[in-house]
Amino acid sequence: MADRAQPLSAAHWLGMSAAALVAALIFGTLALVFWQAGGLSLPRPGDWAAVRFTLLQAALSAGLSVLLAVPVARALARRRFAGRAVLITLMGAPFILPVVVAVLGLLAVFGRAGVVNGVLHRAGLPGIEIYGLQGVILANVFFNLPLAVRLILQGWLAIPAERFRLAASLGFGPWQIYRRLEVPMLAEVVPGAGVTIFLICLTSFGVALTLGGGPGASTVELAIYQAFRFEFDLPRVAGLALMQVVLCGAAALLCVWFVRPAGMGGGLDRRVERWDGCRAVDGVVLMAAAAFLLVPLALGLADGLPQVPDLPGSIWLAAARSLGVAGVACTLSVSLGLALAVAALRMAGLDLVGMMALAGSPVVMGAGLFLALRGWVDPAVLALPLTAVVNAVVALPLVLRCVLPELRGIEAEYGRLADQLGMQGTVRLRLLILPRLRRPIGFAAGLAAALSMGDLGVVALFADPSHATLPMQVYALMGAYRMDQAAGAAVLLAGLTLGLFWLCDRWGHHAEI
Amino acid sequence: MRYPMIAAGCLMAVAAHADTPVLKVLTYESFVTEWGPGPTVEKAFEATCGCDLQWIAAGDGAAVLARLKLEGARTDVDVVLGLDTNLTADAAATGLFTPHSVLGASTLPVPYEDPVFVPYDWGAFAFVYDKTKVMAVPDSFEALAASDLRIVIEDPRSSTPGLGLLMWVKAAYGDRAAAIWAGLADNIVTVTPGWSEAYGLFLAGEADMVLSYTTSPAYHLIAEQDDSKAAALFTEGHYLQIEVAGKLAGSDQPALADAFLTFMQGEAFQGVIPTTNWMYPAVLPAAGLPEGFAGMIQPEKSLLMTAEEARVARDPALAEWLTALSR
Repeated sequence: MADRAQPLSAAHWLGMSAAALVAALIFGTLALVFWQAGGLSLPRPGDWAAVRFTLLQAALSAGLSVLLAVPVARALARRRFAGRAVLITLMGAPFILPVVVAVLGLLAVFGRAGVVNGVLHRAGLPGIEIYGLQGVILANVFFNLPLAVRLILQGWLAIPAERFRLAASLGFGPWQIYRRLEVPMLAEVVPGAGVTIFLICLTSFGVALTLGGGPGASTVELAIYQAFRFEFDLPRVAGLALMQVVLCGAAALLCVWFVRPAGMGGGLDRRVERWDGCRAVDGVVLMAAAAFLLVPLALGLADGLPQVPDLPGSIWLAAARSLGVAGVACTLSVSLGLALAVAALRMAGLDLVGMMALAGSPVVMGAGLFLALRGWVDPAVLALPLTAVVNAVVALPLVLRCVLPELRGIEAEYGRLADQLGMQGTVRLRLLILPRLRRPIGFAAGLAAALSMGDLGVVALFADPSHATLPMQVYALMGAYRMDQAAGAAVLLAGLTLGLFWLCDRWGHHAEI
Repeated sequence: MRYPMIAAGCLMAVAAHADTPVLKVLTYESFVTEWGPGPTVEKAFEATCGCDLQWIAAGDGAAVLARLKLEGARTDVDVVLGLDTNLTADAAATGLFTPHSVLGASTLPVPYEDPVFVPYDWGAFAFVYDKTKVMAVPDSFEALAASDLRIVIEDPRSSTPGLGLLMWVKAAYGDRAAAIWAGLADNIVTVTPGWSEAYGLFLAGEADMVLSYTTSPAYHLIAEQDDSKAAALFTEGHYLQIEVAGKLAGSDQPALADAFLTFMQGEAFQGVIPTTNWMYPAVLPAAGLPEGFAGMIQPEKSLLMTAEEARVARDPALAEWLTALSR
């Protein structure tokens, strides 16, 4: 890699600006709330129960998601079959659905009136109870298993075909391949995937509260929400938000600390031919994962499908607005993420700042942005552009997770050659980095677009219903008793989101995965 | 449909901007969606006032108050619409509101006199169930606790109906409230962040009953021609939610704000409330209520804490609730 003495290039300035934007959105809004509050109050004794529950559910959900994702990703990496690409995209759907739709889908399978309990009841067996810690974890795994699978699958696909050819000529069995090739790769990819999911679960509250079965399942984010809305206790909001940022920061730090480059080396980008592994085992793993992820999805969406043609025009307009916001958010997120990743190669710690984007509390971001804008412009006018920017920043950690490990590999493998050839700046980006990063960039763009489509928005505090996005309309319909139409709008949302994700992901896979 | 109209409206607004006064009303989101009362009310008021009525929306009642507090004295809002009696003490304490001059007589089930806030609609909390599924309908919280019916409720920390239920149990049982909650604990399937999630779970068959309003079955009856839903009548009485509006002291359109509050109690506003907000109008229109409302339960006893009582009772009641349900 280049010397440190070299002056910082445009990419580094861009990367630092991206980091500054994250810092402004996460820490700046917190500081504004803190400043408005005139101080910060320490957590109450009762809050520690919420901290414990938050950490417990996030750790269990992240651990389980990653654990289950490894065999699924391996089966996908080893097998080629018709419909594989479609399956991979569809399996990503739970991650990109609005929470309330996914929860209703899960309940159609595991709920009181769900399929599983129906079967158990008919067999004369006692039913299962979804509400409780088990429900929270089930839902979190349902949401995040697809992300874990994809992140880990990227790791598998990054092992050059030459390593497998060598393994084949050495007569490696599955166990040796696992030890020599897969374990080093997993050691690099799994901690990052795990911590990302941990952070996502840390700041959620809708799932935990709905399936948690009672106030015992309260998270820190719920306490922030309560402190803001019902008590308007800004010092308490600031205190709780700071606590959440510290928790997330510690987790992100652990992640950066644990991750070691696998040192797989480069290759000629040939297609990997696998001969190892048991076809039947992989088949069972894939079928089980597909059933777990797709059956609730199908049941959750089935009711809404007939409603789609009859949806009022306002819903279609909202859909168009959402697509616009998602397009902007996706472009911005990928650009910022790339800049941040390139800069992070030289400045350790920049990627840590990027990861912190998951630590932000929507309540604090919304209130902080409102305070920042008030007096300058009407915040409602900026609701949509702000949503796009916030979505882009919140998706940054995912973009970094997809791009950074591969970028490190590229620099380690081809960096010296490129330096010798004097490839710097845009030439290096255009000829070396972008072509080799196309697959993770496509995937990251899909994730960013999907996240943005499904986001209810930190702008709820100053939302303008005449500029509502599709997720806002789904909730507005539900709030107006129109559950059927809400189901229809949710199907539209899911369809558009999946389509957008598919487009981005396909663009990245022009070769193959 | 609405957009060409809005665009045309914008053009006209720009043309007429110089001499048209603007009245800004801060309210909750569901009031101003195309299914809510907002669009009709706006048209009707603008036809009489020679002004431009602009809605500003924020989440729900509690979010409206939080937003107002965040803006403080610098706000350019003229009227706040959508607080309920659990929030008015907090709202009045901000010092941002000023007494109204509305003389109308409301038809609320309880006397409501407030120098600052004017009521525009009301409802009573109730547990809603499916008549085809629940045969033994409980007639009190005690009967509900003794039954094996499963209910879904909203969290009082994040939702208005949830807070209403907390106050309902407190108003009905006082010191015994904690015991009632302990009895209900095994009936509660789950606690949701808001009304929509709870009602969605109920409709999906996850619970036998859901905390909602006595008027909820009217929606199914009128909009869906479905008469299978009903609300359970409780002998200890039903807690009321009275929704109110108030004008701000810092308004630069005080006369217009008063005109709006008076208009709010008139026929044009009150007539659309039942089938858009699905609540009872605060002043019964001459034409009466829509047909479907006749079949709704009529609680014999209405419970309501004063704003000050509600403010004092909230934190201890919340602590009781948390203790009883966290086990």
